[in-house]
Amino acid sequence: VAIVAEELGRGLADTAFLGPTLAAEIRRLARASPAASPETVALCLPMSELAVADHGHARQGALAVDARGATSALLLANTPDGQVLAQVSLPSPEIRTDLTRLAAVVGPASAVVPVCQPSGPLTSEELSRWTAMGLALTSADLVGTMRGAIDLTVDYAASRRQYGQPIGSFQAVQHLLADALVAMEGSRSIARHAAWAVDALPADAALAAAAGAKAYCARAARAVCETSIQVHGGIGNTWDCLAHVFLRRPLLSSEVLGGAGACLERVLAYHGIGDSHGLQ
Amino acid sequence: MDFSDSPEEAQFRLRLREWIRGNDPGLPASSTDDAYWAGQATWHQSLYDGGFFGTTWPKEIGGQALPSVYDVIVDEELAAAGAPPRPSLGYLVEGILEHGSDDIKQRFMPGIVNGRDRWCQGFSEPDAGSDLASLRTRADRDGDEYVLNGHKVWTSYSDDADWCLVLARTDHDVAKHKGISASAVPMHQRGIEQRPLPMINGITKEFGEVLFDGARVPAANMIGAAGEGWSLAMTVVSYEREPHELGFAGRYAKLVNDLTGQVRDEPSHYSTEQVRELGWAIVETEMLRTHVYRRLSDRLDGVSHGPEGSVDKLLMTWTEQAVGHAALSVGGVAAADGADTWLKVYLYSRAQSVMGGTSQIQRNLVAGRILGLPVS
Repeated sequence: VAIVAEELGRGLADTAFLGPTLAAEIRRLARASPAASPETVALCLPMSELAVADHGHARQGALAVDARGATSALLLANTPDGQVLAQVSLPSPEIRTDLTRLAAVVGPASAVVPVCQPSGPLTSEELSRWTAMGLALTSADLVGTMRGAIDLTVDYAASRRQYGQPIGSFQAVQHLLADALVAMEGSRSIARHAAWAVDALPADAALAAAAGAKAYCARAARAVCETSIQVHGGIGNTWDCLAHVFLRRPLLSSEVLGGAGACLERVLAYHGIGDSHGLQ
Repeated sequence: MDFSDSPEEAQFRLRLREWIRGNDPGLPASSTDDAYWAGQATWHQSLYDGGFFGTTWPKEIGGQALPSVYDVIVDEELAAAGAPPRPSLGYLVEGILEHGSDDIKQRFMPGIVNGRDRWCQGFSEPDAGSDLASLRTRADRDGDEYVLNGHKVWTSYSDDADWCLVLARTDHDVAKHKGISASAVPMHQRGIEQRPLPMINGITKEFGEVLFDGARVPAANMIGAAGEGWSLAMTVVSYEREPHELGFAGRYAKLVNDLTGQVRDEPSHYSTEQVRELGWAIVETEMLRTHVYRRLSDRLDGVSHGPEGSVDKLLMTWTEQAVGHAALSVGGVAAADGADTWLKVYLYSRAQSVMGGTSQIQRNLVAGRILGLPVS
């Protein structure tokens, strides 16, 4: 699944994948029946966790990510016994930062319907494992986006000429691109480990591995895609160039289930350093 | 790709963990204290005798011919136990293995591997740093010997060394890369002067200068043919860029474990900014660990040793300097001389982007050889 996510990121694919995959996975963990119609997941803003509903209504504004074609989104509903899966209908999706994947707004008054869940509420271990999977998937997507942005930019640097030479022959430009490649390779290594860890390690260790990967990939992806805009120069700052699409997609992927700050907190918590420091 | 131990690896790990409990010499980190170097030879020999050093090298030279992951297991377990890191010699061993004759390997390799002979490396010179091929130390033939004259620098631990792998010019009439030869030079002789060169963090063993003034080396100690020194040097520096050859991932893990423990013990003493620096150091160190596993796995799949070493060197550098920043942040700048271990770790970390080929040289190599960008 991580390999597919990486390739979709590289190709800036507009196919819904992240949302439906996360929805199917949480249904599997909850031992609920598969979705009857296309669905995704709703995250509470700023998107670091699954949205929560009380008394049949979403607790606060939430965003259903990667919602192209989806008619509903999953979220958690509080019950006296614990948190169970619930479903909310979605309005038409729209562009939010990312031009390749659409998002649908879940208003605070949206009605929420429970999903039949024979085995009872989700445990915190199951939620940790699901979050780990989401972080591993978005990390892979970020790695793919970095690869795509680097390919685009290296091609441009080899063909764009100034002072009678390709700009890619200038050391200042070469060093920017070398740093981008190195950041992508480090991201790829830690993201692959996170994908392996989702099933192979205990839930808390899997979540820490995935959070570490996500923090690393989120920071790297922003730097790499900003480098892409810089090397493209003036044209990179226009709507005519693909470079900004490569910047917008990771801005959103980074925030899904937690960006660098939220993920660093998870890593530190795993190492016994509490959450009193508020790194977000 | 699988990051877990095979049954044999798990057994090795357990045996090692048990061994460390009885054999940890309690030395300080190599990067902060000369006391480490005073005990390093004994530690090397003890690791070797326990069956935990040189595990991946051929049996003929004293190794066990195990897969590279065994070195990584050693690094991880030493770090987790707070024991000193594995001595960094892989690049010398790989260089001599690839270029030395059978005679050279038989005479020198077992002593390097088992730690009974101490080695240093005489490559850089005051006027030949990044441009190593312009080196001027000369080796002139005199019967069965060569006579050495010249000035080497950054010769780490040369004052403890029995041998030095010296690059010297043996032919002045060919292109600069082609006139260089490598030899195993005995260090205990007249004609060699040692000058310690304290690093910015105060340690004196890591850097030194060695002056050769008519020192002698048998012609039979030449490694590879005359004029082959440059290709040996390139082999050595390519391995010198690999975190798993150096065992540095383990050193960083130990430092990060110690920093984490210090913050965990009294969390209210540390600000958000300090904790954030520590968080990044943990993540960078984890990245490097997983990157080493990925490279070893690629190697098993037949991907050969190539220019990606420059990527690895840059990742290793970023990790060490992130650990250095966390050490500076957590340790602060108010500690008294003698209690300033974390400041020493930070100051030492600045060398990582210079040693073994500067970060600028590595970026040139990545741009040209991996990204295929045009030369100017």
